[in-house]
Amino acid sequence: MKVNQAFGNPGPPRVRTGPLGWVLENLFSTPINTVLTLSIICLFYLAIPPVVQWALIDADWVGEGPEACTSGGACWVFVRVRLYQFIYGFYPQDQAWRVNLGFGILFAFLVFLLVARVSGKRWVAAFLLLVYPVIGFLLFYGGALGLPVVETAKWGGLMLTLILSGVGIAGALPGGVLLALGRRSQMPVVRAVCVAFIELWRGVPLITVLFMASVMLPLFLPEGVTFDKLLRALIGIILFQSAYVAEVVRGGLQAIPRGQYEAAEALGLNYWKSMGLIILPQALKLVIPGIVNTLIALFKDTTLVLIIGLFDLLAIVQVAFADPKWLGYALEGYLFAALIFWGVCFSMSRYSQHLERKLNRGHQED
Amino acid sequence: MRPWRNPRIRALVLQALVLALVVAGFAYIVNNTLHNLGQRGISTGFGFLSTEAGFGIIQTLVPYDETSSFGRTFVVGLLNTLLVSALGIGIATLLGFAIGVARLSSNWLVARMAAVYIEVFRNIPLLLQIFFWYFAVLRTLPAPRQSLALGDSVFLNIRGLYLPSLVPQPGAWLVLAGLGLAFVVVIMIAHWARQRREATGRSFHTVNVSLLFLIGLPLIAFFAAGRPLAWELPELRGFNFRGGLILIPELMALVVALSIYTAAFIAEIVRAGILSVSRGQTEAAYALGLRPGLTLRLVIIPQAMRVIIPPLTSQYLNLTKNSSLATAIGYPDLVSVFAGTTLNQTGQAVEVIAMTMAVYLTISLAISLFMNWYNSRNALVER
Repeated sequence: MKVNQAFGNPGPPRVRTGPLGWVLENLFSTPINTVLTLSIICLFYLAIPPVVQWALIDADWVGEGPEACTSGGACWVFVRVRLYQFIYGFYPQDQAWRVNLGFGILFAFLVFLLVARVSGKRWVAAFLLLVYPVIGFLLFYGGALGLPVVETAKWGGLMLTLILSGVGIAGALPGGVLLALGRRSQMPVVRAVCVAFIELWRGVPLITVLFMASVMLPLFLPEGVTFDKLLRALIGIILFQSAYVAEVVRGGLQAIPRGQYEAAEALGLNYWKSMGLIILPQALKLVIPGIVNTLIALFKDTTLVLIIGLFDLLAIVQVAFADPKWLGYALEGYLFAALIFWGVCFSMSRYSQHLERKLNRGHQED
Repeated sequence: MRPWRNPRIRALVLQALVLALVVAGFAYIVNNTLHNLGQRGISTGFGFLSTEAGFGIIQTLVPYDETSSFGRTFVVGLLNTLLVSALGIGIATLLGFAIGVARLSSNWLVARMAAVYIEVFRNIPLLLQIFFWYFAVLRTLPAPRQSLALGDSVFLNIRGLYLPSLVPQPGAWLVLAGLGLAFVVVIMIAHWARQRREATGRSFHTVNVSLLFLIGLPLIAFFAAGRPLAWELPELRGFNFRGGLILIPELMALVVALSIYTAAFIAEIVRAGILSVSRGQTEAAYALGLRPGLTLRLVIIPQAMRVIIPPLTSQYLNLTKNSSLATAIGYPDLVSVFAGTTLNQTGQAVEVIAMTMAVYLTISLAISLFMNWYNSRNALVER
């Protein structure tokens, strides 16, 4: 027993299983970890009760106006009263069904596309990219089929945010793919033009692009040709976004092994056939997560349109609490907007991670 | 072979077509623009840069007043953009590295908190965060008379954060000279230590000695010159504070929001960088007999940095570009005072937007040049 005397009796080994073992292992494994754990718990104790008290327990939920908010907690009445505006902007209330129907169709197809395991998805995708924009435009704008026209100036809120990001990404995809192909082209002039275009848009902030679209676009066009403000913003966003999509797609093109290109050539396929039938189907599948990530960035960036005077979700919240009747409820408004943005972005990023894992697995099985 | 079957000729024709299209597009745009500007009676050219601006700016790093020229406005805006970017980059890097390391902590609670931070802040639009800090936090601070005070030297109120400032007295150049000398000495020591290590394998306490020089030399100069720096405290006079250093709320909101937002992205980059160094590297270093501290410094960090630096610089670039959101809360950055006010007053849309875009393009090209240089210097040399 000489060894044990020299090192002291180590005693039985520490508990490593069960809830207690987990706590000891993950929260109190070293003195520093113990201090960190205790201080975080202390922080929770100090911070969470007042927040819960303000946001839930003391909050006012029902009522019609600011006079209902007397308890000193959060005034969710503000959000409730303004909810219609937050979602539809200044869209006439009796026409709101058109917006609901339009987004309903879109989401039904998207869910089908993302979830269902059926063949013929490419037809659904083609329908979404080619036919749906016409249907959507007719529904939202009107002017045909007996639907009264609703000016784009009346569009706003969450609806406008979704339209900007949806049209932005759908419009940027074809351009982005072409730019990516151009950047990897053997022809120096084509490559130079594509590189210059991509680097120009990626190098400047979206705000300057929007400024450019709103003040310079009218100058670029022949006299008398004028554009709707929303359309100008959309053109700016699509140009800007296509440069980012191009870089993502280029990543996918580079990931395809050389053998695939050579095999396509060996089969005697010409450039467009080998790209369209062999390379792009594989590359685009690889870059779906990357494209979802650019969509997330775009969805957050659409808030910038408020600087050129469009009323997206954030802008309309900003307008709502500038109303003298509702002064002082900025916090509630921002929290509501933040919750919506966060919910959409977080679920999209989770979806993209899930996709990445799924695609990675598919690659390893080959 | 028929000419349209020859790939080389086809490529040439196609390229000529593309070039012609691009040139024609530009010509069309330029022609329309000149015509439209002529119709509106706006003269083209950069002459407006020397005319008097006639508006004030709330924060200027160089002397500026209403009689200054639009060229001066451009400089003021550019410096304000660089200021907010530099502050944001500094804070975001510190915060991002701390959170990235916390994300990998063995403490479950710390790792979870870091994950929650990342997921919350990177999924909320930056503009919303800027508005939150500006309108919901800083705009609700008390008036100057009811300022939140820390001792009698730091005050926080709706007009901004007031800090004591260092005012140089005659002879202050000696301190600066001391600092400059210290930098020269440090560079020389580092060079010498590196050469000696490569020649003999003996290491040198470069960091400690450098710190000694960097702090010591200016300090000696400070006392030798008879303490030529004085603190100036902000003082309440009438309705506002005078003296000291003031950080306007627009700057604070912008820096806070930019650093918190960007730190979430940097944290993920740092985490990925550290995870990219395989465990075998650590084990190999231990097997060579390196202590954990040295292993971290000599083996893990240099390899992690190779993965971290490229995306990190692109985050810095993003932060610089995002600082243009300043215009939404009225911080006088380049976009706000130049692409905003100056454009509205002069109507020189083409020149103003082109100059603004050129500034951002220059910054991003400079950063990507740096990146290419860094990558070629630090790329793994394989057999």
